Amino acid sequence: MKRIEAIRCVVEELSDELVVCNIGYPSRELYSVGDRDENFYMLGSMGLASSIGLGLALSTRKRVVVFDGDGSLLMNLGSLVTIANRSPSNLTLIVLDNESYSTTGGQPSYTAGKTSLARIAKAAGIDNVLEARSPGELKRAFNESKGKTSVIIAKVEKGNADVPIIPLSPYKIKKRFMEAVKSGHAASTSN
Amino acid sequence: MSILSQVILSSLVKAGVNFAVSVPDTLFAEVLEKLEDVGIIHVPVTREEEGVGVAAGAYLGGKRPVILMQNSGLGNCMNALLSLNKTFGIPLLMLISQRGGRREKVVAQIPMGKATIPLLKAACIPFYVSESLQQLSEHVVEAANHAWRDEIPVAVIVRRELVEEDRGY
Ligand SMILES: [Mg+2]
Repeated sequence: MKRIEAIRCVVEELSDELVVCNIGYPSRELYSVGDRDENFYMLGSMGLASSIGLGLALSTRKRVVVFDGDGSLLMNLGSLVTIANRSPSNLTLIVLDNESYSTTGGQPSYTAGKTSLARIAKAAGIDNVLEARSPGELKRAFNESKGKTSVIIAKVEKGNADVPIIPLSPYKIKKRFMEAVKSGHAASTSN
Repeated sequence: MSILSQVILSSLVKAGVNFAVSVPDTLFAEVLEKLEDVGIIHVPVTREEEGVGVAAGAYLGGKRPVILMQNSGLGNCMNALLSLNKTFGIPLLMLISQRGGRREKVVAQIPMGKATIPLLKAACIPFYVSESLQQLSEHVVEAANHAWRDEIPVAVIVRRELVEEDRGY
């Protein structure tokens, strides 16, 4: 499955979830598949998508979905340890693993070698670790992991979709995202 | 509990801080232990850069976060402070315990001790250096308000010399 297909099949399942997306082409692909106020597109700070997702999940009742990459997660493996030990049940971390750094020219990452991010996540202490290789498997994994701290390793093809850059300022991305968090929060705390 | 710890905890509460991330430090040891007791969610992290990310997420979720760390950790999170906090306008109160000062015995702490303030200046991160415990408690509140008003990271440098002053406060 292409990465943009993986993103699309998750987006099709979304309602009011908050989404944090890794920098580079994944954010551009998410924007083109389905921009929404509840999407936070990272523009820098490579590696921190899962950490931003953790802080957010600990601060809201809504479900938080993170699209991370293999290279980015390898840059911040400690994040899996903190996630496992805090384990907010509303956090789903989806790693779009294309075994490469595709935004910077396709250099191989170590998940192309001996390393399994699924095994690392389990060893870090995350109970619900799922793997998906097709849109069907990914959708199932995404829906099954609702309500429990989860890591889904979605194996995707190398390469980027031909999508334009995101025409939003960083400040705008933040502002509308925070409005979306707030507006939804009243509804989610009242039921 | 030391007066330094009491001053830090009460000023964090006064500043409206309700979420903390930390990397261990001896100067902050008591504070880290008591954060949850004063109603501040506390998430120990594995590295300072990770903490900046967690704190940013908490802010997006409506919290007022602080990071507690040593100045050695500033180098570990500089890119995140600039490409995440400064880029998006995400505030962060930073309490930085200053190693590498006059009485420092660990030689490896000295270069970063000397570089801490030049680094903050180069990154255009406002900072407060407290000369007394009284001033520290004012600075924490001021720095927090500064961070929230301008939507930027703002640092308070907590000098080790304040520990000695602690006895006579
Ligand atoms: Mg990759």
